[in-house]
Amino acid sequence: MPDRYPGYDVLQKRTTPSWNDASRSVIDARLAIPDTPQFLEAEAWQTLRAVCDRIVPQSAGGPPVPVAALVDRKLANDSRDGYRPASLPPLREAWQRGLAALDAASRDQHQRRFHMLTTELQDAMLKAMQDGRLDGPEWQGMPARTFFSERLTHDILAAYYSHPTSWSEIGFGGPASPRGYVRMYFDRRDPWESAEAHPGKEAEARRANHRVGKT
Amino acid sequence: MTNQSTHHSLKDALHTPRGKDGRAPDPMRVGGWMPMRQYREDEEVDFAIVGTGAGGGTLACKLAEAGFSVVAFDAGAWWRPLEEFASDETHQSKLYWTDERICDGDNPLKLGSNNSGKSVGGSTVHFAMVSLRFRPEWFKSRSVLGYGADWPLDWREMWDYYTEVEEALKISGPVTYPWGPPRPRYPYRAHEVNAAGWVLAKGCEALGMAWTETPLATLSAPRGLAHPCVYRGFCVTGCSTNAKQSALVTWIPRAVKAGAEVRDLAMVGRIETSDAGRATGVHFHREGQWRFQRARNVVVAGYAIETPRLLLNSANARFPDGLANSSGLVGRNLMAQTNQGVFGVMDEEVRWYKGPPSLTLTEHWNYHDTGKDFFGGYAFMAQGPLPQAWASTQAGNRGLWGEALLHEMEKYNHQAGLKIVGEVLPQERNRVTLADEKDQYGLPVARVTFSLCDNDKALVKHSVKSMTDTLSAAGARDVWAESDDTAHLNGTARMGDDPRTSVVNGDCRSWDIPNLWICDGSVFPTVGGVNPSLTIQAIACRTGDRIRALAARGEL
Repeated sequence: MPDRYPGYDVLQKRTTPSWNDASRSVIDARLAIPDTPQFLEAEAWQTLRAVCDRIVPQSAGGPPVPVAALVDRKLANDSRDGYRPASLPPLREAWQRGLAALDAASRDQHQRRFHMLTTELQDAMLKAMQDGRLDGPEWQGMPARTFFSERLTHDILAAYYSHPTSWSEIGFGGPASPRGYVRMYFDRRDPWESAEAHPGKEAEARRANHRVGKT
Repeated sequence: MTNQSTHHSLKDALHTPRGKDGRAPDPMRVGGWMPMRQYREDEEVDFAIVGTGAGGGTLACKLAEAGFSVVAFDAGAWWRPLEEFASDETHQSKLYWTDERICDGDNPLKLGSNNSGKSVGGSTVHFAMVSLRFRPEWFKSRSVLGYGADWPLDWREMWDYYTEVEEALKISGPVTYPWGPPRPRYPYRAHEVNAAGWVLAKGCEALGMAWTETPLATLSAPRGLAHPCVYRGFCVTGCSTNAKQSALVTWIPRAVKAGAEVRDLAMVGRIETSDAGRATGVHFHREGQWRFQRARNVVVAGYAIETPRLLLNSANARFPDGLANSSGLVGRNLMAQTNQGVFGVMDEEVRWYKGPPSLTLTEHWNYHDTGKDFFGGYAFMAQGPLPQAWASTQAGNRGLWGEALLHEMEKYNHQAGLKIVGEVLPQERNRVTLADEKDQYGLPVARVTFSLCDNDKALVKHSVKSMTDTLSAAGARDVWAESDDTAHLNGTARMGDDPRTSVVNGDCRSWDIPNLWICDGSVFPTVGGVNPSLTIQAIACRTGDRIRALAARGEL
């Protein structure tokens, strides 16, 4: 993927007026989460990690996002969303059942565990889940399609886009309190916002991005 | 203080009640407190109010200022926004009602962050601040427009109450409003429009539709200790500068100052009734135990899911189908509003994360009925979703994941979008019932059943075309439409003129139990095509005045 915001790192703003104490402590705590499970058993953890790598394949840029660990912490804290489709069990049960069922389908179809498959086969199995083509006793009546859209991608994407690396990737401003923004019109950026690279002017954007923490 | 301890203390309010020992948090001052009157549990107060959002918070203020003794209960925490609100979508889920609810029907609702608050101030702590008046005809939509149900209220009276609320919240808005009968000038000037808002304006002007700056409950000039909005863009995850005029920083401090007691982390589980069939008080759970507050009147203001849930959970031998439910309508006619979005990519940088998300809107299709093949109306507004919400929209509607999703997300700063607030028709099959599953208090959780009808779908289809045309006219490329989204919750305890077809009368007083009142979005017979918060607060102001008048005549 092209580097649209070369050199932009939202964490450079950590000590600027864009970050209040509350934001600093929340993000610091998130960045300190090790890439290890607290809640899931070893097999489910291996499967979750492989799933996360396919839902949000990470490039080399920026510190890696411990997506699976962030999902695991949501399970460890039983942080529910306040609703669930009637066809899904509660948060933890849905994840445990869905991961086990995916792994079982992998063993059944490919004689290997899911995390041992090639990325092509992993993608094909996830597509089958998305289309509702996975079924079997391990699902215990939980529709694969609903689990995929309302639980699996929902939680994995929320985890990924809670991390500063993903914010830098898309040029999002990140925390913005007490200092918000001033320049509101088209094609206007405050000096503490990401600068987009235009063809032939990548170096300019990079210089501007290195300054976002200095204003 | 280390970061770790700061991080934990950011959630202290979820575990330790703050409205006690004769004081309450002053949200306007770091570490500040304000004195708060307290009532004994065995003292029969004039009003026990369940819920402190747009309905309950407003009514608590009005009744306390009228001299009544008031205790208001909220299941959620009493936050200090200046110190405890981070610029972070995940962390701020502490503001949402995250206790379990089970959703079914053809179009299962998404709750939590979308429409359900759990804190002192209710959902107004994380609402998008859009503060619109109903189209006058909607108060008589059955007799004037031929659908839904009539309200037992007169729009001209409501017009005055809208003015009262707009003044109380210092709503910022345009100099002249393009639709409907004349209204007074908004107290504060309109906010500067961001690029996301200009996209709507450009599109509307190209098509000859009127647009305007959205009337918003966030300050465009200083007010007391609060600064004007700094356009940080995290509005729907809670305002950390107090520019947002939520109930937490407006009605609640006023209520406390006027002598009301507010109890945070106090979940009301059951309303008690006497053999004579009157409400006698509320059972509430606080600090690990069930307690009982005596009251001469009980007001339920828990919004359109918790209100019917409490009335149904309060069933007893005398009222086996739940309280105020002789009509059988408690929990029925649940109305969300359709919230379909249309999105596209602009050549220019938009950076829609800056500023309140909906700085412009058009109510064209609320006020023009020509050519509609459906009943009802809709407004549509500029959008500015934060990254998690935007990823969820992309994945949920387009099924994107993997490289395809990351590729779309990379266009974030060039995206623009429009979303409707669309009227749905009241249907009795859309309802709140009790599930077998229990919550942490041991109370049956709500089952929420919702399905769109053909009229609702026709409205959505019409709106998708209108928004697609508008976005395209503004210069957006790769325009696509969401498949399914809703916002807001209303109905489930409708007001009316007839005890057989409504739960409360126009004064929000239940037909069955004369000292039981319901004052929140639950009482809406129809929803119209605008965000409900201003109307909920206007109804609460009116109810406060009516209670005062009834008391003066000895009719309470």
